[in-house]
Amino acid sequence: MSYFVRHAQVLLSSLGQLARAPGSTLMTVCAIGITLALPTLLYLLVENVENVSRNWQGRAQVSVFLKLDATTQQAQNLERELAQRAEVESSQLITAQQALEEFRAQSGFGVALDILSDNPLPASILLHLNSDYNQPSAIEGLIAEINSRPEVDLAQWDMAWIKRLHVILKLVERSVALLAVLLVLAVVIIISNTIRLAIMNRRDEIEIMKLIGATERFIRRPFLYGGVLQGLLGALCAGAIVSVCVRLLRDPIAELVMLYHGDFTTSGIDLRAFAALLVAGAALGWLAARAAVGRYLSKIEPK
Amino acid sequence: MIRFAQVSKRYESGHDALKNVSFHLDKQEMVFLIGRSGAGKSTLLKLITRVESATRGQLIVNERNITRLTRRQVPYLRREIGVVFQDHKLLHDRTVFDNVALPLVVAGVGHRETSRRVRAALDKVDLLGKERLYPIMLSGGEQQRVGIARAVVNRPPILLADEPTGNLDPELSDEIMDIFHQFYQFGVTVLIATHEHRHIDRLNKRVLELEQGRLVRGGDEQAEP
Ligand SMILES: Nc1ncnc2c1ncn2[C@@H]1O[C@H](COP(=O)(O)OP(=O)(O)OP(=O)(O)O)[C@@H](O)[C@H]1O
Ligand SMILES: [Mg+2]
Repeated sequence: MSYFVRHAQVLLSSLGQLARAPGSTLMTVCAIGITLALPTLLYLLVENVENVSRNWQGRAQVSVFLKLDATTQQAQNLERELAQRAEVESSQLITAQQALEEFRAQSGFGVALDILSDNPLPASILLHLNSDYNQPSAIEGLIAEINSRPEVDLAQWDMAWIKRLHVILKLVERSVALLAVLLVLAVVIIISNTIRLAIMNRRDEIEIMKLIGATERFIRRPFLYGGVLQGLLGALCAGAIVSVCVRLLRDPIAELVMLYHGDFTTSGIDLRAFAALLVAGAALGWLAARAAVGRYLSKIEPK
Repeated sequence: MIRFAQVSKRYESGHDALKNVSFHLDKQEMVFLIGRSGAGKSTLLKLITRVESATRGQLIVNERNITRLTRRQVPYLRREIGVVFQDHKLLHDRTVFDNVALPLVVAGVGHRETSRRVRAALDKVDLLGKERLYPIMLSGGEQQRVGIARAVVNRPPILLADEPTGNLDPELSDEIMDIFHQFYQFGVTVLIATHEHRHIDRLNKRVLELEQGRLVRGGDEQAEP
């Protein structure tokens, strides 16, 4: 009999074994599903928030205020130079004169300003950054460089809070990773416990199998398959839970994003993530079964 | 076929179950193992199937020295020995057919060949019509015959039985022993532990007798060490 046929048989009988106790199988699968769904959901959350912040950073602006004594010529030169930099998508020069006129028009202080002999407003350059340069560190670098120029009074990044968001995100990411490790451990414990119970329940059968010449490998196989199957089914269940959650959250998130004039759609679990989830489930199931089998199977010997 | 040379077995409890036992069984021999309760009959059979291992001495089974076997080698030794138990040791959630097929499934024998051999084995113990039933639906004697069919289904050269007729009335008991006798006539080496001396007289076979762990009849002459 071919190797594959034999494995297929064991797989089928393992499935049958699970189907014979639908109640407990369902409970185990649900427990694994919920446990795996949690880190997956958190991962999606981080992923989505990162997307949002990337979107906002694409519109990040740097304002460069020149010193009052800088000439219009200097301002124009600087603007031209900055516009050529890779980080800068577009730039706009607002000369001191333009700034004054704009202020006059908007503030209604027209007459009062006429009294002043000097223009109190500096020239400024507004830089729209290229969305490829969205890392706070890169933006900081650019600002430091501009600030070091003699004609520049102050360059500032209006979205310093994004930096804070990034720090928070990093923290959340790490917490998610830690939590994922704990939950993965929980999955391993759940599965290895059900496999342990299965081994104990079939103690007599295992003894008899050993008596009639079954190898350890042969006896172990259905339990390993059982673990892998439980992991896979649990991962499927987790995928379903995550999909439902994303669907429930999508509309309120869209509303929220609309309020901030964002163009962003919540990304759910894609095919690759789903495949990864299944592989992780199967691998955890195998690992857990391996552990249980290694611990308990060899202890059962015929007497 | 089976050779014990100065074999002793001391259990972890410190009890000496077998003391310096030496005997041999030739190919195609049928031998009864007798002795009072606690004399060491079951222990002797367990040494042959490596359920227990000897504390001292040499054991040769089917031309193989099994004194030192690794865990991995034990299953292959057991495939050469058919064993019948007093309590049958059948799987109660499997049909008669599946129970008898187990040694073949374990050894990776193909589906068609398995089916053929299981039917042949069931035919020999006269249970061909009951292959779809579960052990619980059978009488004690029938269950024992299922156990025998399972023991011989992969045609082992050696057949061991530990009080196979312990719970049966004399008529059924004779029937079971006759089945063992048939396998002996087919060329199998048969060793049966029993209390029932009736069979010994009836079948007129060689006897090994244990007394408190010592072989007092049927053993090989050997100087005490
Ligand atoms: N696992 C064990 N640990 C310790 N002592 C044991 C063990 N198994 C058997 N013994 C002891 O070894 C001795 C021989 O036991 P064994 O089962 O071989 O006897 P037996 O001849 O088969 O008896 P019976 O006819 O009652 O089946 C007994 O005194 C028994 O108490
Ligand atoms: Mg006994």
